Amino acid sequence: MDIHYSAEQLAFRDEVRAFLKQELPADIASKVKLGKHLTKADHERWQKTLSKRGWYAPGWPVEHGGTDWGPVEKHIFDEETSAAGAPRTIPFGVAMVAPVIIKFGTEAQKQQYLPRILSGEDWWCQGYSEPGAGSDLASLKTRAVRDGDHYVVNGQKTWTTLGQHANMIFCLVRTDPEAQQQRGISFLLIDMATPGITVRPIITLDGDHEVNEVFFDDVRVPVENLVGEENKGWTCAKYLLTHERTGLAGIGSSKAALSHLKKIAAKQQKNGKSLLEDSLFRAQIAEVEMSLMAAEVSTLRIVAAASEGGVPGAESSILKVQGTEIRQAITHLIRKALGPYALPFLPEELEGGFEGEYLVDDYAAAPASTYFNMRKLSIFGGSNEIQKNIVSKMILEL
Amino acid sequence: MDFKLTEEQQMLQDTAARLVRDVYTFEKRLEFSDSEAGFSTDFWNQLGELGLTAIPFAEELGGFGGSGVETMLIMEQLGRGICLEPYMESVVLAGGLIGQLGNEQQKEELLGAIASGELQAAVALDEPSNHYNLADVQTTAKQAGSGWTLSGRKAVVIGGHTAGKIVVSARTAGDVRDQQGISLFIVDPNSAGVSRRVYATVDGRKGCELFLDNAEGELLGSAGDAYDAMRYQSGRAIAALCGEAVGAMRTACDLTLDYLKTRKQFGVAIGKFQVLQHRMVDMISELERATSMAILAACLADDEDSAERSAKLSAAKFIVNRAARYVAEQCIQLHGGIAMTWEYNGAHYAKRLVMISHQFGDDDHHLEAYSNQLVVA
Repeated sequence: MDIHYSAEQLAFRDEVRAFLKQELPADIASKVKLGKHLTKADHERWQKTLSKRGWYAPGWPVEHGGTDWGPVEKHIFDEETSAAGAPRTIPFGVAMVAPVIIKFGTEAQKQQYLPRILSGEDWWCQGYSEPGAGSDLASLKTRAVRDGDHYVVNGQKTWTTLGQHANMIFCLVRTDPEAQQQRGISFLLIDMATPGITVRPIITLDGDHEVNEVFFDDVRVPVENLVGEENKGWTCAKYLLTHERTGLAGIGSSKAALSHLKKIAAKQQKNGKSLLEDSLFRAQIAEVEMSLMAAEVSTLRIVAAASEGGVPGAESSILKVQGTEIRQAITHLIRKALGPYALPFLPEELEGGFEGEYLVDDYAAAPASTYFNMRKLSIFGGSNEIQKNIVSKMILEL
Repeated sequence: MDFKLTEEQQMLQDTAARLVRDVYTFEKRLEFSDSEAGFSTDFWNQLGELGLTAIPFAEELGGFGGSGVETMLIMEQLGRGICLEPYMESVVLAGGLIGQLGNEQQKEELLGAIASGELQAAVALDEPSNHYNLADVQTTAKQAGSGWTLSGRKAVVIGGHTAGKIVVSARTAGDVRDQQGISLFIVDPNSAGVSRRVYATVDGRKGCELFLDNAEGELLGSAGDAYDAMRYQSGRAIAALCGEAVGAMRTACDLTLDYLKTRKQFGVAIGKFQVLQHRMVDMISELERATSMAILAACLADDEDSAERSAKLSAAKFIVNRAARYVAEQCIQLHGGIAMTWEYNGAHYAKRLVMISHQFGDDDHHLEAYSNQLVVA
């Protein structure tokens, strides 16, 4: 039993660090660390850099442009990129639709879509949730009816993250309304430029435009855009959920946020001293740091088991809950560190091009908004309550 | 990075597990607890015969040169049976202190006997008002001729009533909370000037207060310099306790899960109620956190002394203390009335789990320790 990385793994970590030092644009890293808004161009610039190095799709097989990294290397990469302030990879193309296409897609689909994901030509978004289908995803109602060589799609998707940037959407649609819930669902790839699609922004509680509603009104989708078999789309959806994922608990991003918290606490004053020297506040930082340490070791245990060929199952549900709670606790402390200056709502200070005078400092505009934005963590990707249902069923057999 | 057990470690775990399973039934445990020793001397001898008391010691002392991981594996099994024997106190802590500070003669005389189980030793570091601070030592030691005499009161010495030797901290110089000026002595509890008040503990063990009135003590290491070794070895004790807690939590969770599946109310097994399912998942989640930290502690226990090692061991004990309390309280809650009885096994697990947090630092103690060493990058 050994908690330390091997010499090869440390060498790999150094290689990743050197790459980040050289290639990660300082303006982008600064935006990420300060919680400012990233533009589509920011994401694309970083994606191209990763692609050029061959590191944009670590989870793909080598023949499609992936890497030969094991789970430990993927974990190190995730942790280092987060710590350096690299933008998080938008997962919908590279980490969500691609693994499904690789596993269930036709040769033609692989040829058509995978290279365009790597090059950044296609920006994908996800069409899963509907107004009436959240945690109970299988109750979705968007219909696809076969008409010759096309499916005709009608319905509404929601919470479509960054759909405003996307030119492609993968959707779960109902192809057999008679079948039991999961059985009549199919997995469709849809071009966002198809007539009949309307994207409307949803402004979230922090004032940001991150998610959207997508409406489908007699949208004609060629049948060759079906992935896997008709009515077997749930298999694809389930595969995605169990598909080995790095960053189970968001350890890397929590570590980066924790170090940001310490920096802010060092600058904020209380009783003539920095908050970092305030024993009460310091203890709260210590507490969340210790929880993060435990979650990191738990992640490493799963990662190590995955290197031996194990498939992370319901343990990853426990880690999702722990990891998101930790991340939320950090955003809570960062917000608290600002004291009364958590109140001013100054979205203009969050734009990359802001050149005015900050009310407090560059770090002070985001925390309250970020705190509210991060409430999503325990809701999306299967709410934390759903995760507990999964553990209860799969591990505990209750 | 590797979390697998070697073949030898797997065998060690199996040996300890089998022994605990065979000996420690619920009824037997109550019997052992009620005995004069407060534990099973037969079981203690078996630990010795199977070589389990020798695991952490160097090969030249009859040991196996085991690390914190081996200790964790044994402690975890002892925790699964909430075994009463003072293994941590004698083998890990007394053995560790003598091994670190003792001269050749002391090591030869004492460590071989501890490793074989022939000698059961205890450690007296706490005092009535030190509240986990090992540097807060009021007991004094004075030079008398070629030896030393000790006076003062040491608190809650687990296994002290049956111990052949007790390692005692006493101040030979400095002020009451100075880290400098603390020395360790080996005291024979049957010698003149030593008296004990023996009591049962809430978790079924036995311990004692140790009263020293010009009692003779044999200096361990050089006078005044014992604190670093005390801190280092108490770190090993913390790692061992984390292992024990994980074992006890695992059994407490098993009992609770089993109860949820069998106990019927409103016509169904109570495990069908979502509120209880989620509570059970929370218990498992705490157990997972604690397991990770026990592994971390075991891997660091025998590393060189450093601020980072101390901080991480504090983090481990903090997380484990919190998890142990949660599992203990929810084990009782989910069982309902039955867990309020002396006759129910789960209640005894709950008691041991909570009492573990009163040994070598509760969560406040370790939160403060970790907080004081917070690394600000």
